[in-house]
Amino acid sequence: MPVQERRIIYRHIDEPGYTIDLACYQRHGGYEVLRKALQRKPEELVQEVKDSALRGRGGAGFPTGMKWGFLDRKSGKPVYLICNADESEPGTYKDRQIIYKDPHQLIEGVVISSFAIQAKQAFIYIRGEMFEGFHILEKAIEEARAANFLGDNILGSGYSVDVVVHRGAGCYICGEETGMIESLEGKRAYPRIKPPYFPAVLGLYNCPTIVNNVETLCQVKHVIDMGGKEFVKIGVPGDSGTHIWGISGHVAKPGYYEIESGKATVRDLVYDLAGGPAAGRTIKAIIPGGVSMKILRMGEKFKVKLPDGSAGEWGVLDIPLDSGSFMQCGTSLGTGGMIVMDDTTDMVEALANLNAFYAHETCGQCTPCREGSLWLKKVTHRVCNGGGRLEDIDLVKNIADQIAGRTICAHGEAAAWPCQSNVPKFRDEWEEKIRAQMQAREHGELAARKGLRLV
Amino acid sequence: MSAPATNLVTINVDGRDYQVPAGMNLIDALELFGLEIPHYCYHPKLTVAGNCRMCLVETGMPMRDRTTNQFIIEPDGRMKIGWGPKPAVACTTNCTAGLHVRTNTPVVKDCREGVMEFLLVNHPLDCPICDQAGECKLQEFATDYGRGYSRFIEEKNVKPKRTRLGPRVTLDDERCILCSRCVRFCAEIAKDPVLGFIERGSYSTLTCYPGRELDNNYSLNTVDICPVGALTSTDFRFKMRVWFLKPVPSICTESSVGANTEVWSREGKIYRITPRENNAVNDCWMSDSGRELYKQVESPLRIDYFAVNNGKCAPDQALARAAELLKGGGVGYVGSAQSSLEEQFLLGQLVKAAPGPVAFVKHAGKGDGLLISNDATPNLRGAFLTGLVRELPKANLDELRQKVESGAIQTLFVVHEDLAALGFSDALLRRVKIIYLGTHTNLMSEHAQVVLPGLTVFEKSGSFVNQQWRVQRFFQAVPGPAGTAPDIQVLGQLLARVQGESAGGFSPEAIWPQISTVIAPLAGWTWESLGLQGRVLDASSWAHVPFPEGKSLRFDPAAVTAVKAG
Repeated sequence: MPVQERRIIYRHIDEPGYTIDLACYQRHGGYEVLRKALQRKPEELVQEVKDSALRGRGGAGFPTGMKWGFLDRKSGKPVYLICNADESEPGTYKDRQIIYKDPHQLIEGVVISSFAIQAKQAFIYIRGEMFEGFHILEKAIEEARAANFLGDNILGSGYSVDVVVHRGAGCYICGEETGMIESLEGKRAYPRIKPPYFPAVLGLYNCPTIVNNVETLCQVKHVIDMGGKEFVKIGVPGDSGTHIWGISGHVAKPGYYEIESGKATVRDLVYDLAGGPAAGRTIKAIIPGGVSMKILRMGEKFKVKLPDGSAGEWGVLDIPLDSGSFMQCGTSLGTGGMIVMDDTTDMVEALANLNAFYAHETCGQCTPCREGSLWLKKVTHRVCNGGGRLEDIDLVKNIADQIAGRTICAHGEAAAWPCQSNVPKFRDEWEEKIRAQMQAREHGELAARKGLRLV
Repeated sequence: MSAPATNLVTINVDGRDYQVPAGMNLIDALELFGLEIPHYCYHPKLTVAGNCRMCLVETGMPMRDRTTNQFIIEPDGRMKIGWGPKPAVACTTNCTAGLHVRTNTPVVKDCREGVMEFLLVNHPLDCPICDQAGECKLQEFATDYGRGYSRFIEEKNVKPKRTRLGPRVTLDDERCILCSRCVRFCAEIAKDPVLGFIERGSYSTLTCYPGRELDNNYSLNTVDICPVGALTSTDFRFKMRVWFLKPVPSICTESSVGANTEVWSREGKIYRITPRENNAVNDCWMSDSGRELYKQVESPLRIDYFAVNNGKCAPDQALARAAELLKGGGVGYVGSAQSSLEEQFLLGQLVKAAPGPVAFVKHAGKGDGLLISNDATPNLRGAFLTGLVRELPKANLDELRQKVESGAIQTLFVVHEDLAALGFSDALLRRVKIIYLGTHTNLMSEHAQVVLPGLTVFEKSGSFVNQQWRVQRFFQAVPGPAGTAPDIQVLGQLLARVQGESAGGFSPEAIWPQISTVIAPLAGWTWESLGLQGRVLDASSWAHVPFPEGKSLRFDPAAVTAVKAG
C-alpha cells in the first residue's frame, strides 16, 4: 500500500477555501486549544510537552520539554519566548507555509507556549526576505489582539502576553538561537559563547529565554490539544508526532509532505510521494534535511539496530523517516528539507555551491569557521574551474576536520559536515575530475611549448 | 588593592595537581605556574570573547556513579574522568575542584595547529615591514604551532593597509585577526564604544562608528593590546624595530595617579612609552597624553649649561655663586611637585641650612576618572612627606609676591616653576636675585642670576609618591644632554657648599638611608624595597588635607577616608 500523508500541522493548508483570516481559523476550531489551556496550570502544560517527547523541529531535534525545563526560575527575571522564524537553511521551506497560509496556528502556538513557560513577552523573529509573511503575521496578530487572544488579560485568564514580530536583515547566522538573541538586542548576530550564555539562563537581555522553531510551537498546540500521552503515540519512540518533509531537487513532484514520524522510508517519500527521478535518470545521492546534514550516497549500506533490537542492514532508501534512524546512518534528518540529486549531478560542483553559501554566511567571529569556510570555497571553486590538484581532495577534508567541533556555534559543523561526507563518499568522482584537468593542463602546456594554441 | 581571600581548589593539568584559587580563569591560573596556554583574544582585564579558538584544551571532571553518587574509581586507583566530547576554550573555563585538563594531547596539538594555519591563510605575512614583529603573538605561536610551510595556494584577501582610525591610531586591516580586544577595550575600559566590525566572515573589517573617530585619550592602549600588527601607533609606526629598543621602568608624570610605564629607547633616544602592569595603580593601561611627554626631552630650548648672569660657566662657578646668594639671607624657595622625593628631601635640607619660606605652585588638572587626576603633578605628596609644605598650594603665590615686593625676600631659589607665567611681572622679578633650576629656557632662566640645568624624568632616577601615598621608583632611561647633571647632584653639591662640607656622590640609593631615618612613615624602608610595584606608606598624619583628587581606576578617596575614619 502506498504511504499516506498524515497532516496535523498542515491539516488545513492548501485546503480549498481556507484563508488566513481569524474568522476562517476560528471556524476550523481555532484558539479553542488556547481557551482550554488558559484554564490549566502552566506546570501541567509543561508536563504535557515533556510527556509528548516532542523534539524541536529547527534542525537539532532537541527535546522541547527538556529545553523548557532548563529555564532559570530562581533569578526572578522576566522570561521571554522567541519564535525562530528565520528559516534560512537551504532546502527548507516548511515554516514558510505555516506563516503564509495558517498564521493563526503559529500565533496560537506562541501564546500557549508563552503561557506554559509564563513568558512576559514573546517575539517572532522572521527572516528578512519573508516580507509578505511579516505583513501577514502583523495583520494576524492585530486580529488576535482585537479578539483578546493575546495582549492584556487574555480571555479573562489574568495572563497577559504580547507578540512582537521582528524582521531579520537577511543573515543565515541569525537562525542560530544566540545569534538571534544578539540580533534582537540590536547587535551584530555574533553567536554567544556557551557556557555561560545558555539562553534558558542568560538569554535575551540576559534573562531566561526559550527559542523554539515555528513548527515546534505549532506542534505544541497539538500536544496540548490531544495531551502529551496521546501525542507520544504518534510516530515512533524517541521521535513523536509528524515531520514535514520539504523535498526538492531531481524528483518529479517536489513539495512538502507531512508524514508520521518513522512510519515511512526514504523510498516511500522519494518514489511514492515525490514521484522519483525523471525518466531515464537514477538517483545518485540525497541530503536528508537541509544542506548542512551529511550527504548519503546511493548504494551505501548501514549496519543498524532494528526497532525490535535485532541487527539489520539498511540501504539509503530503507531508512525510516525518524531522527533516530538517520542518526544510526551517520547523519540527521535536520529540518526535513530533503535534497535529491540524480546521476547528472557533478558532486564537486554541488559541494562548491554549498561552500560558497557557508563562506558567505559565516559571521566571522571565530577563527576556524571564518577562515576555514572561505578557504573551502576557494579550493573547491578552483577545482571546479580546472585548477584541481590531487592533494586538494585530502585538503578539503582536512580543512573541514579543523573546523568541526572547534567553533563557538554550530555553523562550524554546518560548514564542515557537507565536506566531511561528500569527499570520502565521492572520492572517485573527485579523482576523475581532477585527473582529467591535469591531463588537459599537461596537454595545454605541451601545445604551448610547441607554439600551438588550443582551440 | 589587597588580594581577596580565596579558597584554593586542586585541578589536574596533564597529570599533575595544582592548587589554584577557586573560580579563577584557567589561563590565568596556569600562568601562576609558568604554564602558557596560547591565546589571542583573551585578555585578563577584558570580558571573555572566546573567538580566536587558540586556547582549546581538553577538559573533564571526575565521574560519579549515578546510583551511589560516589566518584568512580578506575582499577589503577585513580578517579575516572569524564572527558568532554569536544575540546573547550580555556578562556571560558573556570577552575573548580577536580577539573582535569589536558594540554598536550594530539587533539589539542591539532587544534592549535589548525587555528594557527587558519589565522595565517589570509594574513599578509609582511613581518619584515611590520612594527609588531618581535613582540607579535602571531609570530611567537607560529613558531610553536605553525606548519612551517603553507598549504594555501589561493589568492589572499586584500584589505586596506593604512586606515586612519583616529589621530593617533592607524589600522592595517590585512593583519587584523578580528580578536575584538580593541573593541572590548573601548567599550569596557575607555567607555567610548566607537570601534566595531562591519562586513561578514573573512571580509570583516574593524571600523569606527559613522562620524566618529578613535580619539579618546586612551586610544593607544588598543595598539598595546593588539596581539598582531593591525593597530599601530601613528607616532611610532615604521620608526624603529622593537628588538633594538631597551625598556626602562618609569612613572608617568602627567598626574598624581602615577601610572607605571616603560620607556623604550635606543642609543639615548626615546621612541615610545608604554604602560607597565601594576594592578594596584593603572592595571596595564595609560593615557595617550602621557605617552607624548618624552617629546619635551629633545628640544632646542633645553638648558644644558650652568650660567651666572646669563654667561655660561663651569658648574663649580655657578654652584659657588648660588651658595653665596643663599648664605646671604633673605631667601625664599619655590619647590616643585615635579621633583622626585629624593630631590625634595635635599631641597628640604637646603631650606634648613639657608632658612626661608617655601612656596609650591598649584597645578590643577582635570581628572577623567581613569588614569588622570585633578592634580597635574606626580609628587605633591612627596612635598608633604619631606616637610616642604604643610598645606595644599594655593591658586596664587600672593604671600610670596608680597614678600618680594616688601623686600623681605631678596634671593629666590626656583625649581622647575615659571613664575612669569604665574603673573610675576618683569619688574617684580628684577627685584630679586633668582637661582633657577630647570630643564627648559624661559623668562625665569633669562632673569636668573644663576642657572642650574635640570633633567626630565626620563634622564634621572628617583621616586614619586602618588595619590595613594604609594612610593614608586622610576629609572634613568636615557642620559641627559651633555653639560647637565642630575638634579639630585646639583642640589646635593649646592647643599654641601651651603653647609660648608665636601660633596659626596648623590644618588637615590645613597640618600635613602638618610630619608628612612628622617621621615617617620618611611622608617626601615630602603631604595631597593620599593620594588617595581611601589610601597604604600601610612599617611594618617595627612588625613586632614583635602587633596583634590576624585575617583580613578584604582583609587577611591571616599574609601581611603572611610578607612581612616574607621
